[in-house]
Amino acid sequence: MSDIKVKTAPVLGVDGRSAGHLLEIDNLHVEFRTRDGIAKVINGVSYHVDAGETLAVLGESGSGKSVTAQTIMGILDTPPGFVTDGAIRFRGKDLLTMGKDERRLVRGEGIAMVFQDALSALNPVFTVGFQIAELFRKRRGMSRADGYKRAAELLDLVKIPAASARLRDFPHQFSGGMRQRVMIAMALALDPEVLIADEPTTALDVTVQAQIMDLLAEIRRDRNMGMILITHDLGVVADVADRIAVMYAGRIVEQADVHALYGKPCHPYTLALLDSLPRLDLKGQELNTIKGLPPNLLRIPSGCAFHPRCRMARDICSAERPALVELGGVRSSACHFAEELYGRE
Amino acid sequence: MGRYALRRLLQAIPVFIGTTFLIWFLVWGLPGDPFAGRCGEKQCPAAYVNYMTEKFGLDDPLPVQYLNYLKNLATGNFGQTFNGIEIGELLAQAFPISIKLALVAVAAEALIGITAGVLTGLRRGSFLDNLVLVSTLVLIALPIFVIGIVARYAFGLASVSPEAPWHELIIPGLILGSGSLAYITRLTRVNIVENRRADYVRTAVAKGLSPGRVTGVHLLRNSMIPVVTWLGLDLGALMGGAIVTEGIFNIRGIGGLLFGAISRRESGIVVSIVAILVLVYLIVNLLVDLLYGVLDPRIRYE
Ligand SMILES: Nc1ncnc2c1ncn2[C@@H]1O[C@H](COP(=O)(O)OP(=O)(O)O)[C@@H](O)[C@H]1O
Ligand code: SF4
Ligand SMILES: [Mg+2]
Repeated sequence: MSDIKVKTAPVLGVDGRSAGHLLEIDNLHVEFRTRDGIAKVINGVSYHVDAGETLAVLGESGSGKSVTAQTIMGILDTPPGFVTDGAIRFRGKDLLTMGKDERRLVRGEGIAMVFQDALSALNPVFTVGFQIAELFRKRRGMSRADGYKRAAELLDLVKIPAASARLRDFPHQFSGGMRQRVMIAMALALDPEVLIADEPTTALDVTVQAQIMDLLAEIRRDRNMGMILITHDLGVVADVADRIAVMYAGRIVEQADVHALYGKPCHPYTLALLDSLPRLDLKGQELNTIKGLPPNLLRIPSGCAFHPRCRMARDICSAERPALVELGGVRSSACHFAEELYGRE
Repeated sequence: MGRYALRRLLQAIPVFIGTTFLIWFLVWGLPGDPFAGRCGEKQCPAAYVNYMTEKFGLDDPLPVQYLNYLKNLATGNFGQTFNGIEIGELLAQAFPISIKLALVAVAAEALIGITAGVLTGLRRGSFLDNLVLVSTLVLIALPIFVIGIVARYAFGLASVSPEAPWHELIIPGLILGSGSLAYITRLTRVNIVENRRADYVRTAVAKGLSPGRVTGVHLLRNSMIPVVTWLGLDLGALMGGAIVTEGIFNIRGIGGLLFGAISRRESGIVVSIVAILVLVYLIVNLLVDLLYGVLDPRIRYE
């Protein structure tokens, strides 16, 4: 039995009609019930990704990028984390309401994930060969020998030198960059349609970062996957993303085509992100240069959550929460003055 | 790893010589009449004392006596009791029984302790968790002879027959291992609780593996590293630590032999048993250290 799927576009829903996007997050709400209170971590996030495109999710640390990804994968820590509203549709079917077994089969095969820190994300006591071959053995019913053979092919695909010899090595025997390649190989094993990469290069040296990003971009292209690239590194985004969703305090505050967003940011937070960096040297910069701190999610500011830090804030900002409005039909921004920003020269 | 094992073996030699000399010296070398009380109320006849002194070489200087003892030991000659019984034969009868008993105990610890630890670790705060927590506390707090005597009456058990068949050793084995069983339960539970939120467990879930495989392979394997280590050491410790249990159930193992030998002042038996136990302990320790490296590949031997 061949395990190579034929990718069919457009995406068909359960009833055979076109069901919109490949993966669609719709009005997601997640809260963490902790001893200190209820932290509203995701407050109505919606985004989508289609085959062959890269959506970058950008935002300061703590804005809810990883929690969104964990909820998509079904690996949210529950308790304390709970989904309180929303839907996550993959090929038109809601992952949040489907049966456990059905959802399990989506993992790895429909949607796979590359984690930030490969050293802790790989199991320290099993060889990388075992951990990759395991997918072929348990999910494809392959023999041990075939599983290892396929694992070697994957390591080769992600450009690990002497791939078959390294099957017997343990994660700690790889360098940081090579380990992240192993992680990527493992995520690719079942030929997923969507790959979520959660800050895949944050733990790596700058030179290695570029190589890993190139590898991801290349694989995304070759396999026509949809990719969600989570990052707080603006430079990374500019090179590989098609669209960008900017997150703040568990909400999407601006979403646009990458060129449009860079050319004319239509949200003060995005503006601040871009302004806080020297434009010619974006690479490797972290988004921690905006004055003030990200909000405490136990007590999110009233109105627009960004208002205590916003240079454009006026009275209405603390009183009313701005809705995410479409601008020119192709992009959206959640700011009371979005139209003004969009209309400027 | 081979060189590490060799070096550890070489290091074990002085430890073995040191400990056996100490026990040998305490038993044979201390001043005092080794034959006191051997002949009832009376003083032993001079002829008997001379004969025995000659036979056991008691007139030789101490180091010579010890070296002779080591030399005999190396050739498997444990000497004789004062009554002329081959000590080697006594040991050959007693050791297999004690090994069987220790194996039963360790098997119970592993089977029951790990199962209970995993179940409670996965369902922290549940009724089962609290029940197990209290029971383990009781098991750890109660001295083994209390548990043993209560169990003996509760189950109406008689003594174990001289050949000590496996099925008769189940209850004594459980009792012998009860304290460690409670400890293993807690150790497993703590490790499961600690590791179940680990990133690699999350990865395993994200790979779409079945819950059984995530827990049984990815979570369990990491959580078992300290547990297996402890079980190994316990196997060594239980072999000599069964004196009380063997006493309660009249099991003719090493514990019983040692106990009898001490009260009859059969110095040869005492020294031999201790020498063997030291050896067993050293070997088990080394094996466990090596096993640790197999279980956790991040360990480096140097
Ligand atoms: N297991 C958890 N328990 C409690 N709070 C959590 C947990 N995981 C994440 N959070 C909180 O959710 C918020 C968003 O986290 P995250 O999605 O990881 O941010 P980031 O955008 O940096 O990836 C943070 O404030 C974090 O403290
Ligand atoms: S709504 Fe007000 S506070 Fe929020 S971003 Fe716009 S101007 Fe700033
Ligand atoms: Mg994160």
